[in-house]
Amino acid sequence: MPQYEAGTFDVIVVGAGHAGAEAALASARMGAKTLVLTMNLDMIAFMPCNPSIGGPAKGIVVREIDAMGGAMGRVIDKTHIQMRMLNTAKGPAVRALRAQADKVLYQQEMKRLMEEQENLSLHQGIAEELIVEDGEVKGLITQVGGIYRAETVVITTGTFLRGEIIIGDLRYSSGPNHQQPSIKLAENLEQLGFETVRFKTGTPPRINSNSIDYSKTEIQPGDDVPRAFSFETTEFIMDQMPCWLTYTTSETHQIIDENLHLSPMYSGMAKGTGPRYCPSIEDKIVRFSDKPRHQIFLEPEGRSTREVYVQGLSTSLPEHVQRKLLESIPGLEKADMMRSGYAIEYDAIVPTQLWPTLESKQLTNLYTAGQINGTSGYEEAAGQGLMAGINAAAKVLGKEEVILSRSDAYIGVLIDDLVTKGTSEPYRLLTSRAEYRLLLRHDNADLRLTELGYQLGMITEERYARFLEKKDHIEDEIKRLRGIIIKPNEQTQEAIRNAGGSELKDGIRAADLLKRPEMNYDMIASLTESDIALSDEVKEQVEIHVKYEGYIEKSLQQVDKLKKMENKKIPENIDYDAISGLATEARGKLKEVQPLSIAQATRISGVNPADISILLVYIEQGRIAKV
Amino acid sequence: MMEFDTIAAISTPSGEGAIAIVRLSGPEAVAIANRLFRAPGSKALADQASHTIHYGHIEDPATKEIAEEVMVALMRAPKTFTREDVVEINCHGGIVSVNRVLSLALRAGARLAEPGEFTKRAFLNGRIDLSQAEAVMDLIRAKTDRAMDVALTQMEGRLSRLISSLRQALLESIAQMEVNIDYPEYDDVEEMTRPMMLEKAQWVQSEIAKLLQTSQQGKILREGLSTVIIGRPNVGKSSLLNSLVQENKAIVTEIAGTTRDIIEEYVNVRGVPLRLVDTAGIRETEDIVERIGVERSRKVLKEADLILYVLNYAEKLTEEDLLLFEAVRDMNYIVVINKTDLPQQIDLDQVKELTSDTRLVTTSLIEEEGIDQLEEAIAELFFEGEIEAGDMTYVSNVRHISLLHQAHQTISDAISAAEMDVPVDMIQIDVTRTWEILGEIIGDTADDGLLNQLFSQFCLGK
Ligand SMILES: Cc1cc2nc3c(=O)[nH]c(=O)nc-3n(C[C@H](O)[C@H](O)[C@H](O)COP(=O)(O)OP(=O)(O)OC[C@H]3O[C@@H](n4cnc5c(N)ncnc54)[C@H](O)[C@@H]3O)c2cc1C
Ligand SMILES: Nc1nc2c(ncn2[C@@H]2O[C@H](COP(=O)(O)OP(=O)(O)O)[C@@H](O)[C@H]2O)c(=O)[nH]1
Ligand SMILES: [Mg+2]
Repeated sequence: MPQYEAGTFDVIVVGAGHAGAEAALASARMGAKTLVLTMNLDMIAFMPCNPSIGGPAKGIVVREIDAMGGAMGRVIDKTHIQMRMLNTAKGPAVRALRAQADKVLYQQEMKRLMEEQENLSLHQGIAEELIVEDGEVKGLITQVGGIYRAETVVITTGTFLRGEIIIGDLRYSSGPNHQQPSIKLAENLEQLGFETVRFKTGTPPRINSNSIDYSKTEIQPGDDVPRAFSFETTEFIMDQMPCWLTYTTSETHQIIDENLHLSPMYSGMAKGTGPRYCPSIEDKIVRFSDKPRHQIFLEPEGRSTREVYVQGLSTSLPEHVQRKLLESIPGLEKADMMRSGYAIEYDAIVPTQLWPTLESKQLTNLYTAGQINGTSGYEEAAGQGLMAGINAAAKVLGKEEVILSRSDAYIGVLIDDLVTKGTSEPYRLLTSRAEYRLLLRHDNADLRLTELGYQLGMITEERYARFLEKKDHIEDEIKRLRGIIIKPNEQTQEAIRNAGGSELKDGIRAADLLKRPEMNYDMIASLTESDIALSDEVKEQVEIHVKYEGYIEKSLQQVDKLKKMENKKIPENIDYDAISGLATEARGKLKEVQPLSIAQATRISGVNPADISILLVYIEQGRIAKV
Repeated sequence: MMEFDTIAAISTPSGEGAIAIVRLSGPEAVAIANRLFRAPGSKALADQASHTIHYGHIEDPATKEIAEEVMVALMRAPKTFTREDVVEINCHGGIVSVNRVLSLALRAGARLAEPGEFTKRAFLNGRIDLSQAEAVMDLIRAKTDRAMDVALTQMEGRLSRLISSLRQALLESIAQMEVNIDYPEYDDVEEMTRPMMLEKAQWVQSEIAKLLQTSQQGKILREGLSTVIIGRPNVGKSSLLNSLVQENKAIVTEIAGTTRDIIEEYVNVRGVPLRLVDTAGIRETEDIVERIGVERSRKVLKEADLILYVLNYAEKLTEEDLLLFEAVRDMNYIVVINKTDLPQQIDLDQVKELTSDTRLVTTSLIEEEGIDQLEEAIAELFFEGEIEAGDMTYVSNVRHISLLHQAHQTISDAISAAEMDVPVDMIQIDVTRTWEILGEIIGDTADDGLLNQLFSQFCLGK
């Protein structure tokens, strides 16, 4: 095939899914001349599964992306059909937003944002081969012979690498939702020496809303207060669409039992490793056979379509069995199935082959992000995309690389887990993966990350000024509450009695009174005259800081220890074979992961404290020798 | 200089000599010692000049009780062995008191040093010659492996099983809590409530407290085994005490400030510290049974960890001997048949029947015979032949106790939070921490335990 020079860029992003979109926007915003090359421009930021963004841990990632100047939060704020704050009855550390998306609008809005972004070109095309010279990536070649050159390349091809769809005993080569799979690129990566694993995921059927008898289901409305992911959003969508809840029945379970031999998961057809947190309905019924019923959520896919996503019914049983399953569920007896569910298998690269910047260890200037790295989920993809985009651009622009620590962000936890521990199943973020979740809250994402976003050039001056003002207000107000004494006068005692607390015996610092479980910021504010009107966000920060000071302090002490270990860097060209005394398993793992710091080394499974001590001694020996 | 946390360890081998040293090294060394050290009339330790020695007492900050009489050497960085701030606490009380001081230092914020860690720090801070690097690495490897071996043997017992069951109980609650957080819509997973959390936490707290109290090894370490010698008049009790004391260079410490003047004599018998308590009615027990009756004396004796019951080889068993047998039934005791240098009068078969499977030792204290066997019997009884005596045993034990104290602290924090209406997921932070600390005791730090629990206990996902 004749080839031609198609263009030269600083950064090329392959794929415009959730990872690709963030990567491209970040890179361009930082000032790198960026190309995003994707298979189909009508499928930008497509959601192949749930029409939903956020949720515990994931929702906090969206906030983090936004705090650094990313797009996901802004786009979903404009295109959701419902939004809810989850875990409101629990503490502030685990609260998170979740939105139901208008799937099509979401794609359109993301596309528009990218089209309008300075420094960013959107081209349709399929990357088939990387141009590699001396172990460095220099660009790529498309299926029509276009040669694109760039300093760095970010690959975000999701589940497309050797994708195969499986339904019943049918198995065929395909990307998600019957798009083209990426086979040439998969082969190219294999030739370049990348180690891959075969993973699997699945999606449930979609049905026509008009065929649902909603009277047999329970309504699940959104919150009726304004909510937004982005710290920039000022307009809120209050006209919301509800979701609906129904349940499987004993009949559903019986159908599955009878047809289990037709399921590719049980017939041995499907071999890829699926995620435990996202089991198919057949899995759930086999593994938890004593459960009489399972929840099924009906989620509208948007305002302009009648298609409804049947959450809880992910399956790869044959199409005719899927129809029977639907009919056995209250409200869905007459369901008109528009698309059947399916499982998809694909290649993912083993993520321990990456540096914490998401750059490849064996191929300089190549970055990968998103589901290709073994994760699953839009938010996980977007978070990685953002960081890969930032680092790919930083390298070209001669800026310092950016690695978020586990104590900075859920995104830091996610990437550290991937590159340090690898993953044996599609990786999903869970709250329990974060050791410092009290610090990594939904509400303080901006306080954690906006400074960084600003330094990277991703936050506007105007937004930064507002951020600084908010920070000042919080600090001043905390200081004020710590300084003021509330006297046990009648007004105070009455307020405390009304709140169900026990009366004051003595004067008490306002901050200490706020620590009482029954008190909140507004009550305290009314007892202390203050003339500045504070925003709700500031009040929330003040309240959380004061109320949970003890816990926050404890977490910060742990973070302190972590930071010390992170500051102990391991030299880049360390020769683990030269270190006598390391246990064999530890040596192998250290060579594979090549941790950047002692902190990272301690998290590798199979590396024991004794190995860490020996490593420390060895490093120090080298340092002394150099001096 | 590299930055480290503050470590502490006993720096003289146990059992050797009367003076043992607890050494602290690190940025907090002086502050920690300062928290424990009392020297009425002089400046606080933290305000003293470097390279000075001070006389005073170590006090338990929690109870304000004086624990030990000590000499403290204060050496500030950089002119020290490790090039960090170093404090050495010289204890005169032998292994028991030194262990007690170490425990207090650990509770006051120090971390137990790993084997070879002082040397390692000395090296890392450039104090030791470069050529010794290899040797240091070997040392670390060898010592750590040995410590782990010892720890493992110790762990294959009751303690390990108990801790594993506590952890499993905590894990189930944590997993349930995590599911509540990560899958808020799932109605088939019961919502973890504060009372549920409280109940679980209180149970764990009381189990840990029990462990701290009754764990035989823990008790050995904190105060030595309280040991009582009983027997009829003239069978050789005082002689036995003196023999043990002489053989083992006991140190007599007078602890002032308590209401009664108690003299405790500590002897270290093959790694088992014994505290021979000399109070009215305990040490001089000849007439105890007559005076207060079998039932009451049983009660008194029950407070002892170990009873050495002395019989006379040269006399027949008397009614009084039989009463004493009755009094020590079901307790930890060793029968010592003394005066074997004299002609036998005692009916050995009868004694054997009365003692059944209890240990029996024959001695002639006058001829200094049989004491070795007695010491061995004591050591066996408490280590049950599984654990070699030696400093590793102590180190691991102190480590366990210190971790148990930490776990007790964190679970208590969880309880007070639960009683105060703090959100459940915040309470869970301390519960999780407890679970982690208990894991450190049994060396189980596998971090996918929680996720495995989560996905096997609950049916999750879309
Ligand atoms: C059937 C299915 C079910 C899923 N179920 C779940 C679930 O239950 N829970 C969950 O959390 N997540 C699920 N996911 C995962 C979630 O959709 C993905 O994690 C997320 O979309 C990944 O984002 P990404 O940007 O990495 O990849 P994608 O969003 O897949 O984007 C890949 C992009 O790369 C482009 N591309 C591919 N190859 C080339 C090439 N050679 N040249 C140019 N462009 C290329 C594609 O056109 C696309 O734009 C599911 C995915 C699928 C397909
Ligand atoms: N022959 C002999 N005499 C002993 C032995 N042990 C102790 N005695 C003597 O027995 C007497 C009583 O000893 P003592 O220790 O005071 O007995 P107590 O009353 O039980 O404390 C003393 O005269 C000892 O010297 C021994 O093994 N052999
Ligand atoms: Mg006597």
